[in-house]
Amino acid sequence: MTGAASPEPGSRRRLLRRLWAALGVAALAEAAWVVASFLRPRRGDAGRDAGLVIAGPVDRFEPGSVSAFPAGKFYLVRLKDGGFLALHRECTHLGCTVPWVAEQARFTCPCHASAFDLTGSVLSPPAPRPLDLLPVRIENGVVKVDPRQRLRRAAFDPSQAVSP
Amino acid sequence: MTGLLRRIWDSAVLKGPLVPRSDRERALVTVHTLVLHLRPVRLPARTLRFTHTFGLGGSTLVLIGVLALSGILMTLVYQPVPGAAYDSVVALEEAVRFGSLVRGVHHWSAQLLVVVLLLHVARVFLTGGYHGPRRFNWVVGSALLAAVAVNAFTGYLLPWDQLSYWAVTISTAMLAYVPWAGPLLQRVVRGGAEIGPATLTAFYAVHTTIVPTLLVGLMAFHFWRVRKAGGVVVPPPRVGEPPEDGGSGAQPRSGESPRGPSVGIHSRREPPDDENVLFVPNLLVREVALALALVAAVTVLGSALGAPLGERANPGLSPNPTKAPWYFMGLQELLVHLHPVFAVLVIPLLAALGFVLLPYLTDDDEPAGRWFLSATGLRAAALAAGVALVATPAAVLLHAVLGERLPAVAGWIGGGLLPLGLVAAGALGLARLVRRRFGASRNEATQAVVVLFAVAFTVLTLIGVFFRGRGMALAWPWAA
Repeated sequence: MTGAASPEPGSRRRLLRRLWAALGVAALAEAAWVVASFLRPRRGDAGRDAGLVIAGPVDRFEPGSVSAFPAGKFYLVRLKDGGFLALHRECTHLGCTVPWVAEQARFTCPCHASAFDLTGSVLSPPAPRPLDLLPVRIENGVVKVDPRQRLRRAAFDPSQAVSP
Repeated sequence: MTGLLRRIWDSAVLKGPLVPRSDRERALVTVHTLVLHLRPVRLPARTLRFTHTFGLGGSTLVLIGVLALSGILMTLVYQPVPGAAYDSVVALEEAVRFGSLVRGVHHWSAQLLVVVLLLHVARVFLTGGYHGPRRFNWVVGSALLAAVAVNAFTGYLLPWDQLSYWAVTISTAMLAYVPWAGPLLQRVVRGGAEIGPATLTAFYAVHTTIVPTLLVGLMAFHFWRVRKAGGVVVPPPRVGEPPEDGGSGAQPRSGESPRGPSVGIHSRREPPDDENVLFVPNLLVREVALALALVAAVTVLGSALGAPLGERANPGLSPNPTKAPWYFMGLQELLVHLHPVFAVLVIPLLAALGFVLLPYLTDDDEPAGRWFLSATGLRAAALAAGVALVATPAAVLLHAVLGERLPAVAGWIGGGLLPLGLVAAGALGLARLVRRRFGASRNEATQAVVVLFAVAFTVLTLIGVFFRGRGMALAWPWAA
């Protein structure tokens, strides 16, 4: 059934070999896909325990003050003009937690000495951009912050502050 | 009863002489035992000189063995979950008998392994053990180096104290600077947006299963290729007087040496330089002695100093200063000075590529086996080391002084392309200088450039580890 039936036995062999090679490549791709999908980071575990944070009534925060909310990993800042900003506490350089140093009126990163002012703007490098913002809402005179969303920004803009 | 035990024992162990009395019996010992048959029966006597290899390759194997044994013991106690990890390590330290010793031995073996492995790389490079049939083994060795680095890093997180949590935080935060793929890469390594349960589980699996499996396979391949290349590179013969500069070059393959009488274990004389000797006992006793000394050293270190354990990890409080593991401090120091894309991606990538491809970038006809290739090579390398020793601290100080005043030394150009270009020009200038003034060969010039970069990176690491105080500002080590 082999020799005479096929006009060119070599081409059939070549075809089969290519089929095997294609099957092998497909199998490898499938295996790689399984592994890659398996390793894909899971969604939603970051803000799992942190829902909307109710910070408190507006008049509890003095203008020019900074209040830490460890559960939501942010600082609620009230600017001198009364506007609110929620700053994520993670340094934009390498992710260290930046403490507010009240005497110097700045956030100073302990890891590489980056410094940020009240608005989160960079006072001294190496931090490449201002502290990330979290969305602030003021409802019925109560300040609420959503710690699940982090907004990157290139610079501070007065429109980022939420006024009561 | 004893008869039965004897019969089992006799069938398990291939019959051979217990104490070999003749060369033939010594050879049979090597051939007939499971472990020793991995080694050659005979080897060139010249390779026995301790100063030829310093036993560094074998030392890494011993340390990896100690790490495996102590690590396996600790898996019986350790719990890779954030809520329980720290407490289980405290239990290991306080409640488990000898737990603190086992952990200390593991810790110090790991520190020593990184050092010994880097010295092994330096030895192979500086004795030219990466030419000809050994070229690909350099690539395999690079993979082994990477695997050990990954294990050192993943092991760093497991105690879940402040040191490990923040060191891994900033090390993985460096990934975010990789353009385009950075954030995804970071999420994959962390198993999520932040370091948490997923990170710890993944790091534990990598540390205790994935990398050790890879290590066994890669090591087997590495050692096999060393055997296939004829053992370690053979040094040139000793020339009567103390070794001098004459360019007698490396000796041809071992096979050409006459097979004189080998040296027995009871002999006091040194084996003649130009013969082949039996593995048993000549190399065996040396290897066992070195292994025992190493095990003793890590046991003393582990019991005397133990392993550090800080406060429980607190994501809300970064310690000041926060430093990466010491073998990453060179990178962190670069990050202080350069644009992050360069410090985190461009320079490490160029360095890794240059490192792996080194055997293919050099002339292959160089005589191997001689430290620093020649007297000229030694002079060129010494000059390069001297330049790096002076220029690196000078550059760090200059940047610390001028950095605040010159905003130009930041950003893509000033903090990336410009310094990189200056360093490249300096390295090329050095290569040209040693070729012109010392008459160095291409490989000797390449060696000088590699020494330049290696010493510079070592200096950066030392500055990062010892001369960075609060807020990562420059400080004396004793000031903190």
